Amino acid sequence: MRFWKIVAAIIGKDIRAELRTKDIFSSMFVFALLAVIVFNFAFELRVPSMKMVVPGIVWVAVTFAGTLGLNRAFVIEQDKGSLAGLLLAPVDRAAIYFGKMLGNLIFITVVEAILLPLVMVFFNLSLLTGPHLLALFLGTYGFAAVGTIFSAIAVNTRAREVLLPVLLFPVLLPVLVAGVKMTGSLLDGESLSSLANWLRLIALYDVGFTVVAYLTFGFVMEE
Amino acid sequence: MRSNRILTVLTVISALAILAAAVMALWVAPSAAGLTSNETFAQRIIYFHVPIAWLSMLAFGVTMIGSIGYLVSSKRNWDNLAVSSAELGLIFTLATATSGAIWAKPAWNVWWTWDPRLTTYTIMFLLFVAYFMLRGAMEDPARRARFAAVYGIFAFLSVPITFMSIRWWRTIHPVLIDPNEGFGLSAGMMTAFFFALAAFTLFYVVLLMHRYRLEQTAEQVESLKEQINY
Repeated sequence: MRFWKIVAAIIGKDIRAELRTKDIFSSMFVFALLAVIVFNFAFELRVPSMKMVVPGIVWVAVTFAGTLGLNRAFVIEQDKGSLAGLLLAPVDRAAIYFGKMLGNLIFITVVEAILLPLVMVFFNLSLLTGPHLLALFLGTYGFAAVGTIFSAIAVNTRAREVLLPVLLFPVLLPVLVAGVKMTGSLLDGESLSSLANWLRLIALYDVGFTVVAYLTFGFVMEE
Repeated sequence: MRSNRILTVLTVISALAILAAAVMALWVAPSAAGLTSNETFAQRIIYFHVPIAWLSMLAFGVTMIGSIGYLVSSKRNWDNLAVSSAELGLIFTLATATSGAIWAKPAWNVWWTWDPRLTTYTIMFLLFVAYFMLRGAMEDPARRARFAAVYGIFAFLSVPITFMSIRWWRTIHPVLIDPNEGFGLSAGMMTAFFFALAAFTLFYVVLLMHRYRLEQTAEQVESLKEQINY
């Protein structure tokens, strides 16, 4: 019980800090929106129907915006010296991981909650259904689970935020492949049960990497 | 000094074995039946391409073992093993993807397709590149070893999931080992193939031993420099 109290305290701290400045959230959201608009012009004349590229647009916009948010998650902690404070606190390192990870997950989810209705308006599609949200959530969770530990690694290197996408994207590929495939199939009118394979794959990814991150985060934070 | 002598002998043997494997692959092995002349010629890539592909997997596996070993024991030797194997893996994945593309031109009539194996090996290559970029961005050896080990474990575990996901996306790569049909090679081809596989594996082991020794020596030089405040 104490473990989850600590986790909740870290999430609360991140949200309160974010509500004061709204730095991360506003840049993530504006960036995601810009990505959607840029992709619209990049594809419009070359594809017969925008419906064919919308799944890719949504997932790439979320991934890029999410990377932007992840970069800030630990950079801010380090610049303000609060990372040392977190590490000095007599708590399990895994609790720090889950706190930061769930905080990132919440930020990205909020961005998605505003982005999706806009995408629906722009492209005249229905994306706010149960199966769509489930697919999006599973993908976003995988992104946050892997992204949080990688951003903790990247922030301690010389290159800092430049390194994060290089580390993250090759490992993240299954999430993108499964996510685009699921969103695309659902838009084509297939049922959720026909996507059981993909759901299982992404669930395996989420659970597996949460466990690995839980086991290895202590080594990343060992200073 | 005795280990040096063993290494020298192994190096010579592996050089000869690679030569013999080339002879077997190009002259001894029978031609594949039912293909056009261009395709028959291209088919012989199997004696090079498949062993190299297997070695990239092996190199990746050894990197992961080295990574886990380092995190468990905090001994620099494990990190030296991981980085030595990763460097070989970088070369082998690049060779696999490149030779695959060369073969794809006569066989599929395109240099590149987004086939699961071709794509997975390209992703593996990028994972190795990221691994070395991460290492290059840190000075402190202990931290570098720790972070690289964590990344190595994540990278290795993601490969099978990546492969599955692209495979379900779509596939046209020939399946060499199909459980329903047995091995897709004739007896003469099998001999050459397994000889090549063994020769290349020995080649990898020898390269790994050389590279590991170099890494250990570099570490000794570092600590000697520190002792005399160089």
